[in-house]
Amino acid sequence: MHIGNARSSYQADEVMWKRPAHKGAMLLIILSLLILPFWIGPYHLMLMSQLGIFVIAIAGLNILTGYTGLISLGQGAFMGIGAYTTAVLATGYGFPPWATFPLSIIMTALIGIGFGLPSLRVRGLYLTIATLAANVIIVFAIRKLEWLTNGDRGINIEPAVLFGVSIESELEKYFVIAPLALLFVLFSQNLFRTKIGRAFIAIREQDYSAEIMGISLIRYKLTAFAIGSAYAGAAGSLWAYFFTALTPNQFNLSQSILFLAALIIGGMGTTLGPLFGAVFVILVPETLRAIAGLITPYYPLALQATAPITEIIYGLLIIGFLIFEPMGLSAIWARIWRYIDRWPFTR
Amino acid sequence: MNELLYIVEDSLTGLLTGGIYALMAVGMVLVFKATRVVNFAHGTIMMVGTYFFFSFSLLVQQLGLSFWVSVPLALLSTGLLGMFLERVLMRPLLGQSVFSMIMVTVALISVLEGLTILIWTSDAQYPPGLFSLQISFIWEAAVNMQLFWGFVIALSLFVLISIVLFLTRIGVALRATASDQATAYSMGINVPGVFGMTWMVAAMTGCLAGILLAPLNSLTPSLGHLGLSVLAVIILGGLDSLLGTLIAALLIGWLEAMTGHFLGGDYREVMPYIVVLLIIVIRPYGLFGSKEVERI
Repeated sequence: MHIGNARSSYQADEVMWKRPAHKGAMLLIILSLLILPFWIGPYHLMLMSQLGIFVIAIAGLNILTGYTGLISLGQGAFMGIGAYTTAVLATGYGFPPWATFPLSIIMTALIGIGFGLPSLRVRGLYLTIATLAANVIIVFAIRKLEWLTNGDRGINIEPAVLFGVSIESELEKYFVIAPLALLFVLFSQNLFRTKIGRAFIAIREQDYSAEIMGISLIRYKLTAFAIGSAYAGAAGSLWAYFFTALTPNQFNLSQSILFLAALIIGGMGTTLGPLFGAVFVILVPETLRAIAGLITPYYPLALQATAPITEIIYGLLIIGFLIFEPMGLSAIWARIWRYIDRWPFTR
Repeated sequence: MNELLYIVEDSLTGLLTGGIYALMAVGMVLVFKATRVVNFAHGTIMMVGTYFFFSFSLLVQQLGLSFWVSVPLALLSTGLLGMFLERVLMRPLLGQSVFSMIMVTVALISVLEGLTILIWTSDAQYPPGLFSLQISFIWEAAVNMQLFWGFVIALSLFVLISIVLFLTRIGVALRATASDQATAYSMGINVPGVFGMTWMVAAMTGCLAGILLAPLNSLTPSLGHLGLSVLAVIILGGLDSLLGTLIAALLIGWLEAMTGHFLGGDYREVMPYIVVLLIIVIRPYGLFGSKEVERI
């Protein structure tokens, strides 16, 4: 139980590095992100890039759900809009990546605002259902707009060309995605030191109280939807260049559920939550596949069973965290830090 | 003339399917009334129940018994599953935020679906129909008899549940729990017992709906996704109104059939979601639901 808050000024509250160790840890993380890719093989690099994309999408969901309290089951479809905007602009009209990336973000943010409109009237359960419906409708629309998206046959896009370099190898992809992911996470961390971010938190705690205190619900709820979807759009744009083959099925409801699961596992309303969550949901199937590879000689069907078992484990993880550790892995992380902080006086 | 006949036929099929939707939705409404939780996994529980029925029907066949025996067996085991899930997953979350409860039911979808694929694989199975799948004619319109009898059973069960809800002690206990949990507790009503019972009844009615629906197509783990489109029914009906649910179910069934008729089969699947989005924007408490009043 965390009690007491010794901060007595706004400066103290807004400070980014709550402990000197944080600064060191951050430096260590950035250094390892720079050095590690040259060590590990292309397969693990691919996982790292995928991790980066997931982190961006989940960080957006975190702004929407974790900080503003608007539960969304539509993040996967919003990512799909970003991915398809990029793919259509790049293959159909030959737009370069530096144009498709911001355009995807803008497009997704606008559509996000559109589907965020129900949030002005309803919240909680109804909003969850509304975003679920939005997800199904968006994926359906992508499938049906065949002249634009090629429907279920999917769409293939050329590798991105940045500064004359074609981004094809896993290493190159990694060095595009990782800095962007870091940037987006830093932006979300900083957002909650500003007026907008504080308004979001006020809305999460109690929306009518926030309104009474002068926070315009229309403006800030739609802003939250815009920013959350913009993150999804960015993730989708990177996704398009990263996976190069898109089909509408990649963005269906299970993707959205996966993101929400990752957010719950990682910890809602914390900066590190999306990172922990993304690492977790990427590691689970990998670990299972490794185990399946080990036992395949004895039990040949093991590899087939990994997909359903992954699903079961995701589900059990969500349930387990909700029942036993609702604040997710970041609560555990914070507990560890508190332990270190107060060390000889800890229980 | 012929075109008109087709429309009448499709409308009839739609309304009959709507009756079965009502049977699916009634479980969700009961659970919502008692526990204020919308069970997103209701369709998945229905799917598992239908697999139970499928397995029991094979087992019963091997034992040389009439396959009708497998129906109560499936209903019973699904009811127990529902009770078990309530006891293990929902009970620890009593008093927690609605969000946690909803997410647990969402997570339950993946768990149950994964288990189903592990046990029964994701190949299509063909459970036996309770009634002949023959086409009969009502006046001139062709109607599938399985669907027709399914509709009749669904409606009678719906009426039965309404009677139980309004005329028996159990029903009173449930309604008391729905209107005020704390007071219900203090009046000596076994509130957790009510929760367990509603989950059991919901699972059983869901299972029956699955048994009635599955022979019409085939049985795959994705049958559970039907439960999500039934969300449209309960939102349109107003979440806590039984009459509203019935009317909404028939309406959605009919609308689905009409979209299928005029726009093609793909559009049928997405139609409930468009309806639900519109309802939520225009009239969140549905056709017959009680308007939620929030006290500050």
